[in-house]
Amino acid sequence: MNSLHAPSRRELLLASGALFAWTYLPRVARAEGRDPRFLTIILRGALDGLGTVAPVGDPDWLSLRGDKALALEGAHAALPLDSMFALNPAMPNFHRLYKAGQAIVVHAAATPYRERSHFDGQDVLESGLPKPGAADTGWLNRAFSSIERGGRIDSKGKEAFAVGPVVPLVVRGPAPVVSWAPPRLPPASDDTMMRLLDLYRHTDPALAHALEERMGLAAIARAGGISQDPANPAAKRAGVAQVRAYFAEAAGSAAKFLAREEGPRVGALAFDGWDTHANEGASDGRLAQLLGALDGAIAAIETEMGAAWRETVVAVVTEFGRTARINGTAGTDHGTATVALLAGGALKGGRVVADWPGLKPTDLLDGRDLKPTTDLRAVLKGVLKDHLRVADDALTNKIFPGSINVHPADGLIA
Amino acid sequence: MALDPKFQAALALHRFGFGPRGDGIARISHDPREAVLAEIEAPNAGRIENSNLLNSGEAARAAYNFRQERKAKRLAEAAQRDMANNAPNIAEAPEQPKDMAKDMAQNAPAGQQPKQQPGLPQQIYLEEAKARADAAFAANIGFAERLVWFWSNHFCVSADKGPTRALCGAFEREAIRPYIAGHFADMLLAVESHPAMLIYLDNARSIGPDSIAGLRQHKGLNENLAREILELHTLGVRTGYTQDDVTNFAKVITGWSITPLKNGAPSAGEFNFNPRMHEPGAQTIMGKTYAESSVGQGRAVLRDLAQHPATAQHIATKLARHFIADDPPSALVERLAKRFHNTGGDLKEVAKTLVTSPEAWAAPREKLKRPGEWLLASLRASGLEPKDVRPLIQAQNLMGEPLWRPPAPNGFSDNNAAWMDGLAQRLDIANRFGQRVPTQLEPDALVEVSLGPLASDETRKTVKRAESRSQAVALLLMAPEFQRR
Repeated sequence: MNSLHAPSRRELLLASGALFAWTYLPRVARAEGRDPRFLTIILRGALDGLGTVAPVGDPDWLSLRGDKALALEGAHAALPLDSMFALNPAMPNFHRLYKAGQAIVVHAAATPYRERSHFDGQDVLESGLPKPGAADTGWLNRAFSSIERGGRIDSKGKEAFAVGPVVPLVVRGPAPVVSWAPPRLPPASDDTMMRLLDLYRHTDPALAHALEERMGLAAIARAGGISQDPANPAAKRAGVAQVRAYFAEAAGSAAKFLAREEGPRVGALAFDGWDTHANEGASDGRLAQLLGALDGAIAAIETEMGAAWRETVVAVVTEFGRTARINGTAGTDHGTATVALLAGGALKGGRVVADWPGLKPTDLLDGRDLKPTTDLRAVLKGVLKDHLRVADDALTNKIFPGSINVHPADGLIA
Repeated sequence: MALDPKFQAALALHRFGFGPRGDGIARISHDPREAVLAEIEAPNAGRIENSNLLNSGEAARAAYNFRQERKAKRLAEAAQRDMANNAPNIAEAPEQPKDMAKDMAQNAPAGQQPKQQPGLPQQIYLEEAKARADAAFAANIGFAERLVWFWSNHFCVSADKGPTRALCGAFEREAIRPYIAGHFADMLLAVESHPAMLIYLDNARSIGPDSIAGLRQHKGLNENLAREILELHTLGVRTGYTQDDVTNFAKVITGWSITPLKNGAPSAGEFNFNPRMHEPGAQTIMGKTYAESSVGQGRAVLRDLAQHPATAQHIATKLARHFIADDPPSALVERLAKRFHNTGGDLKEVAKTLVTSPEAWAAPREKLKRPGEWLLASLRASGLEPKDVRPLIQAQNLMGEPLWRPPAPNGFSDNNAAWMDGLAQRLDIANRFGQRVPTQLEPDALVEVSLGPLASDETRKTVKRAESRSQAVALLLMAPEFQRR
């Protein structure tokens, strides 16, 4: 997308569920001479925190994940963050930002949700409520409207010009929201296709056969006819290029809107595909590819933000983590604690924030998951408070109800 | 019928309708068969009440005027270019077409750039498509609409043929819808004398060699419509008619034409029997001689074709294939054919026989839904009203069933094999659906609403374990129980 334009009705109708949505946040903290931007990226499907930021300094790490453990040596050497943690090698941009003091990793973090359903977990993550249930507003929208009610921002002339067909729950609510989606929608992911194929194989061989044939052809087409073999790496990389381009376009466009003088100040987008039950490939497979695409998205945001990058915070969050151990299909199952990634020029970065719970069998939650020691809400409250100047009482009563004992994390913002 | 009534209700909705919407399964569980029958017993079964839609004459005239204006505008622009290039030579570029263009721009719906505005025929096409999608979306079960779709495909015309684009919606409303619970002979007469069909299958220009026009212009017959009536619309292929029958029948229907548009007559674009084009004399078709009686001669042949046993067999087979199985049970086909024959082609009675036949409920759910059908079922399941019809049109194009644009006069196939290839395209569409469906929708609840007792444990598990709601929706819409009926 080379130029910005108001989305036409047609684009909005074609939009595949608000991949990017924002509320118009006018000049928060203008009096302080600041004009902060905040973007949250929801990773749907539950990101494997241990496969993203590995505790390479933990003595139990290698025995826990064996040859699937990210390590500082080898063909896919992880990128060192500090004496304890190292970053997935697919994320060189995030590593560069970290080194420049513009990125923070929060580890062993979780929402208050302790079950393992994606849908409910995403509800809790996005609603900001302590329990799943019928929520129709998200914490980011409520944060925004609380600033407005406090009279610290001037919203006149900033009515939303359209409401997209679907907006992520995290930005839904009383404050006006508009949405935009990249004109090219992503095709169904390989993950969705594999799940469907699995269902067909168990219930409908004719449909399974038809889908297998089409997948083979599609892979060949993507590879430019190089190979007849759908499992050929060249074909796979072509598919990954599509995902990378899509992530970068969505995130870069979001940043373009946020960077504008009269543009919105708060936004959200969501990327699917993180439910890595089989063949997770943290170092060189599917997860590495997705993280690479995410890394590209963060780079696109930095580029498109331009000068506004120094007033930007991007928060990457997911509904829960995955099992500490690798399962029987070289993947991981639904777990609990995971990482949250923060990036942006407004951060006091270059740190891993973690109260590390350890990886011994007795350290694991229910004997299987990384134990949560940091409440994700504390991180988000800290960012909202220090970056967007949301008041304490609103944070506790309205934005994250029931979080009175969860104190905003200090010192995240420069 | 010892089956669980809820199972039967879900089966009825998918097999005879467009799938459940809201609490559709519960709503008809008390008597699913009666609920299906009620839809064709309704006095207006199949009709669309929408006074904003143009009849075929109005549509033809509006489209003609639009084309003329556009042509004039292009000429004027070319003249202006010439004038600019060569000012001394050409002095009189007409001003009028420019004003017309301005008028048209002002008439464009608010909020749209005139540049992006589709041409008038396309606008009419879209409005008709919208009305059709709305009717299918709103239906309780959708059996009457499914019959409309079936008959519209049986008697298909194509929007890609000349000026038919503006007429195909009106064709369906005028020649198909009023008769789905009426008599086959009446539908046949309405179809074969409709301007859209006369254009699509070239009869509007077919001239009797010995007619006044034929003798004067040395032009002649076009057998296209006559052949397709015999082969596709009535008797079916290889049912005993000969080339002579085709030729003679073509002669019989010469003169079945359209009032020319260019003279601006009030009835321009409407059906007109033109005696100057009509081949004079008696004609023999399948052993029966039809005396000359101008337009009445063709009507008599059509009435006889409608009553022919081969027609009953042909229609019975196609209906059973569409609703029940690629290779339908012969007992069912025989019963339908017999009912068709015994009632003189009473289509309501034939449809009732279909719904009350045990085979119609016992057959395994193997038919792959046609793309358009599946699209509507997906909208109904997810509660997304078809507010803008264009994405639907695009989706149907992508899946190989472009609306009112069949590749050939035999319409879109009703065999599973024809649609298997499009499965990957369906997945992409399902994926988009997943992204658009309101996120409050609980996937579990969606399975209950859309499949209920039809859902296998595997499908329930797959949907439940999806990594996001949007993926859950996509997988549900792609589940075998939602693809097949």
